[in-house]
Amino acid sequence: MTVTAEPAVGKEAPPGATGPAPRRRTGRVRRIALPYLLLLPALLLELLVHLVPMVIGIVMSFKELTQFYIRDWGAAPWAGFDNYSLSVDFDAPIGKALLHSFFVTCAFTVLSVGLCWLLGTTAAVYMQENFRGRGFLRAVFLVPYALPVYAAVITWAFMFQRDNGLVNHVLHDQLGLTDSPSFWLIGDNSFVALLVVSVWKGWPFAFLIVMAGLQNIPKELYEAASIDGAGMLQQLRRITLPSLRPVNQVLVLVLFLWTFNDFNTPYVLFGKAAPEAADLISIHIYQSSFVTWNFGTGSAMSVLLLLFLLVVTGVYLVLTSRGRRAADV
Amino acid sequence: MRRTRAAAASAVTVSLLAAVTACGGGSSADGGSNDSPKTLTYWASNQGPSIEADKKILTPELKKFEKQTGIKVKLEVVPWSDLLNRILAATTSGQGPDVLNIGNTWSASLQATGALLPWDAKNFGKIGGKDRFVESALGSAGEAGSDPAAVPLYSMAYALYYNKKMFEDAGISGPPATWDDLVADGKKISKDDKWALGAEGANLSENIHHVFVFAKQHGADFFDAEGKPDFTSDGAVAAVKQYVDLMGKDKVVAPGNAEYAQNQSLQDFAKDKTAMVLWQTAAATLKAHGMSDDEWGVAPVPVRSGTPGADTAVNSMVAGINMAVFKNTDNIDGAVKFVNFMTSVDEQTILNKTYGSIPPVKAAQQDPAFNTPALKVIRDTLAKSAAPLPQVANESQFETAVGTAVKELFADAAAGRPVTTASVKEKLDEAQQQMPKK
Repeated sequence: MTVTAEPAVGKEAPPGATGPAPRRRTGRVRRIALPYLLLLPALLLELLVHLVPMVIGIVMSFKELTQFYIRDWGAAPWAGFDNYSLSVDFDAPIGKALLHSFFVTCAFTVLSVGLCWLLGTTAAVYMQENFRGRGFLRAVFLVPYALPVYAAVITWAFMFQRDNGLVNHVLHDQLGLTDSPSFWLIGDNSFVALLVVSVWKGWPFAFLIVMAGLQNIPKELYEAASIDGAGMLQQLRRITLPSLRPVNQVLVLVLFLWTFNDFNTPYVLFGKAAPEAADLISIHIYQSSFVTWNFGTGSAMSVLLLLFLLVVTGVYLVLTSRGRRAADV
Repeated sequence: MRRTRAAAASAVTVSLLAAVTACGGGSSADGGSNDSPKTLTYWASNQGPSIEADKKILTPELKKFEKQTGIKVKLEVVPWSDLLNRILAATTSGQGPDVLNIGNTWSASLQATGALLPWDAKNFGKIGGKDRFVESALGSAGEAGSDPAAVPLYSMAYALYYNKKMFEDAGISGPPATWDDLVADGKKISKDDKWALGAEGANLSENIHHVFVFAKQHGADFFDAEGKPDFTSDGAVAAVKQYVDLMGKDKVVAPGNAEYAQNQSLQDFAKDKTAMVLWQTAAATLKAHGMSDDEWGVAPVPVRSGTPGADTAVNSMVAGINMAVFKNTDNIDGAVKFVNFMTSVDEQTILNKTYGSIPPVKAAQQDPAFNTPALKVIRDTLAKSAAPLPQVANESQFETAVGTAVKELFADAAAGRPVTTASVKEKLDEAQQQMPKK
């Protein structure tokens, strides 16, 4: 309220009036300072909750932090860039395993985000039509998003069990698609299992966001297009997708970050040691720091991951906004 | 517009930064105090069939302690999967319980953090002296040559549990004494969806416990005399291969066991699907799965045939739970009193009887309850043929690294891929190179 009151007072002063200058200056100072004052609590909390641990994490990555020092990590000896060179020495097992995990995560992220987006968009477009049971279907689609992650993923873990799981029961016993029951939680198939759970868990979000985006496209555009003889596919390509562009820009970025950093799904599905084929980087770093108690190396890997994500996010934002500017012109 | 976008981008960036680098800091406070002499917090490990069952078992005992000393004990039963992480977090923050349970294989690793109260002669004096405890149990309470970091509470050892009906059906008269016998018997049993031996292939600790024993039987160790990792010696490689071969080559372990990590092999045993399991004190769980005591028998874990050499008769690790005191407790006297109470002959008898374990306190072992045929095998094993896992600071890392290597080899065996000496050596070499250099 004060914010709007202050300029009003200023405006009421007659032009050219000398007036009491100090009072006007105080008002201006207050006007400028107020937003910062209001932001201050949030800023302090942000610093405490996010920046402080982040800085600590970066400091830790330069230390030789093992079980001998975790009680007083400040006393751990400095390691210089040792933790970093260990992490990026791709000929040695630690670097090789990190690189492998990085590639697995990239492949996983591209597939998961792609499928989530495709499923979400398709469902949202079809749900635009008014038909009986639409409300019910919309609610059902959102169930995976509403379920607690742990409960949902552990149910999948049960379903993926080789001997007693539902997945093999259907694929092998009922449909006869495989010669023998397959392993889903160990070995190469674990990548597929992880992808299925991730997409199942992630696509309702895409569905929700795209559905919200679709509400903003004026119906007249479609009407005009159909009068001009545009079919459904053409309408999708010429109207829906371009109009969804700003929505998709945020959606894909958020899905990318969530999926790349996903820890809960692999941890609940596979435990502390994920199979090689599904060794996502988040769990790999967790194992490097918390399971093998090499906190220094784990922190260095985290910082490297952070730098990678920063670069990707930066490039993505630059590219997409440039694209949008070009489109605006 | 551009400024908004830049702000949004930096907000994303900051949260991102925080998400990937968030780690805790640490503080140090040496020694405990008696600032809060009337209360204690106790983290108990999950020993019974459930956390609720543990609370039911322990609460009356804690009330007894409160009556005796006026000290109230706040109990929290922590599941195994969380315990080590919780202890680590407490160590880092300095905000832990006063008294806690630790798996005895972690003793040396946790000792290295300096967070646990050392049990020197003075502290041992307050709980009746070191001599009250069985030597092998004390051997797994900290690094050799230094004061133990904990006091033994429950002792266990591995034994071979066999399903009498399945043995009878296969025409086998008694449990095997050597691995050759086990494989020969196993081939008679393993058919028509029935299998000879159960394994928990995806459970890292279980894998370690077994390959440790096989290594001992091959005259090898996973650490050299100076405590440095030595995972790729011929004996260690042969040990890991022999264990995984039970599934891959000998085909006496069901391939499905490669993904077991939640004690599913005990369920299979109780359902007459698996004839044998190598387990520590399984009685209570078997009962919970509906198996009566006369349906199963217990024998020592098999050893190698012939005369493989001196010190190769080891057939179990010294398993068990220790009790430790957090160094920066606010009630050090109370904490020591509580350890004294829990290791008293009466409490040892009550608790070990309930949990089906063996008291590490010698005097408590005299109770006839610990003389059943099953517990007698375990007691004899502990006394004669069990060895503690390497008590080195890197033990915890070793469990993860080698345990994971064995898990992956089991996955290969289950998928029908050959497990060779070379492939075992390669996996163990990778595991060794992941160990901290110092």
